[in-house]
Amino acid sequence: MKKVFGRPQSMKGNIFHYCAGCGHSIAHRLIAEVIDELDIRGITIGVPPAGCAVLAYNYFDIDMIEAQHGRGPATATGIKRALPDRIVFSYQGDGDLAAIGIAESFHAANRGENITVIFMNNAVYGMTGGQMAPTSILGQKTTTSSAGRENVLDGYPIQVSEIFSLLPGTAYIERCTVNSPANILKTKKAIRKSFQYQIDGIGFSLIEILSPCPTNWKMTPIDSCRWIDEVMSKQFPLGVIKDVPAEAAKERKEREPKS
Amino acid sequence: MNKVLMQGNKIIAEAAIRAGCLFYAGYPITPQNEIPEYMSERLRQVKGGVFVQSESEIAAIHMVIGASAAGARSMTSSSSPGISLKQEGISSLAACELPAVIVNMMRGGPGLGNICPAQGDYFQATRGGGHGDYRVIVLGPDSAQELADLTMDAFELADRYRTPVMILADGMMGQMMEPVVFKKPKPRDYPESFIMKGAGAGKSKIIRGLILDPLEMEEHNWRLHRKYELIAQKETRHELYKADDAEIIIVAYGTGARIAEGAIKRLREAGLRAGLFRPISLWPFPTNELRDLAKKVENFLVFEMSTGQMVEDVRLAIQGRARIGFHGRPGGVVPTPIELANVIGRLYDRKEGIIDRIV
Ligand SMILES: Cc1ncc(C[n+]2csc(CCOP(=O)(O)OP(=O)(O)O)c2C)c(N)n1
Ligand code: SF4
Ligand SMILES: [Mg+2]
Repeated sequence: MKKVFGRPQSMKGNIFHYCAGCGHSIAHRLIAEVIDELDIRGITIGVPPAGCAVLAYNYFDIDMIEAQHGRGPATATGIKRALPDRIVFSYQGDGDLAAIGIAESFHAANRGENITVIFMNNAVYGMTGGQMAPTSILGQKTTTSSAGRENVLDGYPIQVSEIFSLLPGTAYIERCTVNSPANILKTKKAIRKSFQYQIDGIGFSLIEILSPCPTNWKMTPIDSCRWIDEVMSKQFPLGVIKDVPAEAAKERKEREPKS
Repeated sequence: MNKVLMQGNKIIAEAAIRAGCLFYAGYPITPQNEIPEYMSERLRQVKGGVFVQSESEIAAIHMVIGASAAGARSMTSSSSPGISLKQEGISSLAACELPAVIVNMMRGGPGLGNICPAQGDYFQATRGGGHGDYRVIVLGPDSAQELADLTMDAFELADRYRTPVMILADGMMGQMMEPVVFKKPKPRDYPESFIMKGAGAGKSKIIRGLILDPLEMEEHNWRLHRKYELIAQKETRHELYKADDAEIIIVAYGTGARIAEGAIKRLREAGLRAGLFRPISLWPFPTNELRDLAKKVENFLVFEMSTGQMVEDVRLAIQGRARIGFHGRPGGVVPTPIELANVIGRLYDRKEGIIDRIV
């Protein structure tokens, strides 16, 4: 019989502690599949965050160094600069990236560090029990915005990917989601491209993944997937936001004399 | 090797380069800016050398964590307010048992304070500084030569015990120029197995501070504690100056000790038998050595450029066996040796005066 599905080599086989319907487990698996496909398990170093994914090193079978909350891109910078031929990625939540670690993330992007950032946007602080995040939607009820996020008091949801795309240091930014098989495949393609770009020395990539958190959204997994379609992706539109190599290739093509 | 005249901050940077430091990250703050400036030049000339001007002191220390894990001898430097920001990362270095050297060129505090030499960060440095149950090896140089020697030693100690080591000096040490001879550094001896460089074909590695099981975390704490006990046994350093026949011993470190030496010279000229006990390792503190001295000397005077921090370690060491006075000038004031000599002269002439000032 032909084996068509199995555990990626880059995963340890431990059972995920993530809640049912959580996006973290899907994203983990996609990253591991990409690492396998690119055959970079032995040279990849991952930097998991403080957040629900803090135990990522129990699942990935690659070298991993945990970062303090928000500091992943700084730690990743240190590793990548010391070992430029290794593949380095940080894995960050929205609180991690867009609140406490916004400076480290923004400046790693601005320096054009040749690393990949996987940005898990679930619009809440998952690990600490569902508090408001910098990416919570206006009106979204959380444990610290019980009447719903209100811009006058709480500010606006931060469009991380759009903002980062303005930095000349960033090479590739795409926003994806994992709420349907088709979207999962697109997400995997984006992750793969970001790692390939890093291998090619192209520079900083950020893959934003709109990720369901049924537990803190107080929804079923199915309703969570629907909420991403109906609400979250309206605030955070899906798609490629910046792809420097692709844009350059397109320009080259357009400039080619037509015969 | 030739003697050269150099500024304190540059001496530290040069010593780090010679010790094989390959990674430096830092954020500008006076009075230590010559360190990043010098490192930015020199690391460019070294094969594999990396200099990053970070966006903050927090970022710098977390870059150091990454570089250290990846096997590079790594350093960051700052002055008091910036060192406060680094504490999160220093705690992580201790937890994850990663070597690194951190330089604190102390300035007047608290808060933004000023940019004058001070010694108000002694507690922060010697008590760990960040959260959790850990210690940092702290070395307090008092001369250009020691800035060089102790910086090199700091890298070695950091590797040997896989722990952060701090050079605790102040703006005066950083700015002054003195002749220095750079000793030949020992080649690095750091096992490959500690380095995170990708799993290769082998087993993957984890570096983490998070240990959710309290019993496991307790054991981790005790293991660290046993390491710190070993460090305390083996790595204590101090120096005596004119202590043999002294009737009063000044206890001071760093710039404070230089001032004390000047005061002692003057006191001796006036016929007063004063001497100096200078802790070089501030953690581990030379407790036993000081206690031994208290067997034959009755009067001690602690001098610090603070309102009194090291004096607590002196009290813990002496345990009531002798009288302990204190003279402090916090906030960036650097007193003259004459001022200190006068203070000591007064106490010495009216020995009961010391009792009045027991703190
Ligand atoms: C300095 C610091 N502050 C606060 C925390 C507590 N903390 C841990 S994870 C987290 C938020 C995580 O939210 P997010 O980054 O969105 O990740 P998620 O759990 O949602 O995946 C917080 C506040 C911490 N670990 N360290
Ligand atoms: S709390 Fe949310 S983010 Fe955390 S594991 Fe559960 S579903 Fe996932
Ligand atoms: Mg989150």
